[in-house]
Amino acid sequence: MELFQLITAQTIPDAVKAQAKSATAQNGADVRFIAGGTNLVDYMKLNVEHPRQLVDINGLALGKIEQTPEGGLKIGALARNADVAQDPTVKEQYPVLSQALLSGASPQLRNMATTAGNLLQKTRCVYYRDTVSACNKRQPGSGCSAIGGYNRMLAILGTSDHCIATNPSDQNVALAALEAIVHIEGTNGPRAVPISEFYLLPGSTPDQETVLQPGDLVTHVTLPKPPAGAKSAYLKLRDRASYEFALASTAIVMKKDGDRISFIRVAMGGVGTRPWRSVEAEKALMGKTASEANFRAAAEAALRGAKPQSQNGFKVELAKRCLVQSMGQVSQLA
Amino acid sequence: MAIDEREKESQTSLGRLTRRSFLSRVGAATAATAISPLAPSPASAETSPTKTAPETIPGTVPITLRVNGQVHAIQVDPRATLLDTLRETLYLTGTKKGCDHGQCGACTVHVNGRRINSCLAFAAMQQNAEITTIEGLGTPENLHPMQSSFVEYDGFQCGYCTSGQIMSAVAMIKEPWGSGDADVMEAMSGNICRCGAYPNIVAAVQAVRRTS
Repeated sequence: MELFQLITAQTIPDAVKAQAKSATAQNGADVRFIAGGTNLVDYMKLNVEHPRQLVDINGLALGKIEQTPEGGLKIGALARNADVAQDPTVKEQYPVLSQALLSGASPQLRNMATTAGNLLQKTRCVYYRDTVSACNKRQPGSGCSAIGGYNRMLAILGTSDHCIATNPSDQNVALAALEAIVHIEGTNGPRAVPISEFYLLPGSTPDQETVLQPGDLVTHVTLPKPPAGAKSAYLKLRDRASYEFALASTAIVMKKDGDRISFIRVAMGGVGTRPWRSVEAEKALMGKTASEANFRAAAEAALRGAKPQSQNGFKVELAKRCLVQSMGQVSQLA
Repeated sequence: MAIDEREKESQTSLGRLTRRSFLSRVGAATAATAISPLAPSPASAETSPTKTAPETIPGTVPITLRVNGQVHAIQVDPRATLLDTLRETLYLTGTKKGCDHGQCGACTVHVNGRRINSCLAFAAMQQNAEITTIEGLGTPENLHPMQSSFVEYDGFQCGYCTSGQIMSAVAMIKEPWGSGDADVMEAMSGNICRCGAYPNIVAAVQAVRRTS
């Protein structure tokens, strides 16, 4: 690990000012915010991340989970994953988020990891983690070792000729289905970005992962009030029963009017280069009867654009079955 | 001051360590050594009282850690994790280093009563926290109930993961989990045991949960 300077931010403007000195807020940033550290410290040990300065933001008052006047929920950037998962409102109103969080990492890691840290969680692509390998995300222009390499865990949706790295987060899949808004404090003041616009597709610049600019500090996320009567759930399929990243996962929010689906949100994890909202699946289901045939049709629509690699072709069918199974489960509740 | 630049010294004294800068520093240090006397002259040794100057290693920073109720004022490299600091600086070697990447749980300690992976926490960021290690749970004469239970149910073979398992188990009892064996397995999934003592670990944890 390279030497760094550790400073403590006492206020949000201090934190913003400190990070704004970095040329980028993306991969290779000179200045990094640190909260739980579970992802950053790991990558610093691997020499994938080598910031000159760490800004400890744990002293900022950004840890609260509170209801908004509009009936939604505000989750502070520093709220720990374990606390969000066990929050009574989250469990009652947004069970998909609680379930997603509890399916990720280990209890120790969830005690450390924060909402905003998880939002910015890095891929687990083995070539990104290994500084000897070519990786366009870690070192732009060096190539992609995963294409034609070990790519069993990697993405089938949203990939490019330059990068096929999966977004590994469970939390973010739930946030995508819940249409979360990411609130950011930057050098030009605060702004709010829908999660659907927060993550960038890799394209030819996979090192650019989000819309964050130098100085940008995620302060909180807000969840809109769920439609009355809507139900939600998270289903995660993986190689081990616990403590493993998803091969495929789904976050479903559904409301039925009698037998017909009157509200539906579908997002997938483990298969996309970013938390993958499937508007195609939603269109296929809206207004339709909640039947297995229609779930299957929606799953087909969701995976229509899939581009499997040499080792991950199984994910196409796995993701479809994950969707059908999960939609069936939520339909039973709705 | 708005930003507490408490580790500015480390940046100015050692700067950013690259291979080139490291080599140039080693060169400078060697040169400095070459011109300093290797030993104090007999005269100065007689006249000046023996002073044990505080050992400061360039680039280290002073921090205060509260571990098992004791306060320690120490010097650490800013890169030092809580795990390495516990083991190498405070000689609390009960906490083990397994993977060093938050994957195995051998380094589990409690920070403010919650279990964490000490390998992923920088020591310098834990200064206001109450840290508990396996040494703070019980003593050989007066074991913590979870320690006794691991002995009684044979919850280990080689013992390397055991302190992490016990720290995790003690914390999990205070967390919201169901009562079944499957809940224990899920709650303890962040602690890997290469010997595969899992059934006995589950039995040990369940025995304590039944009586607490």
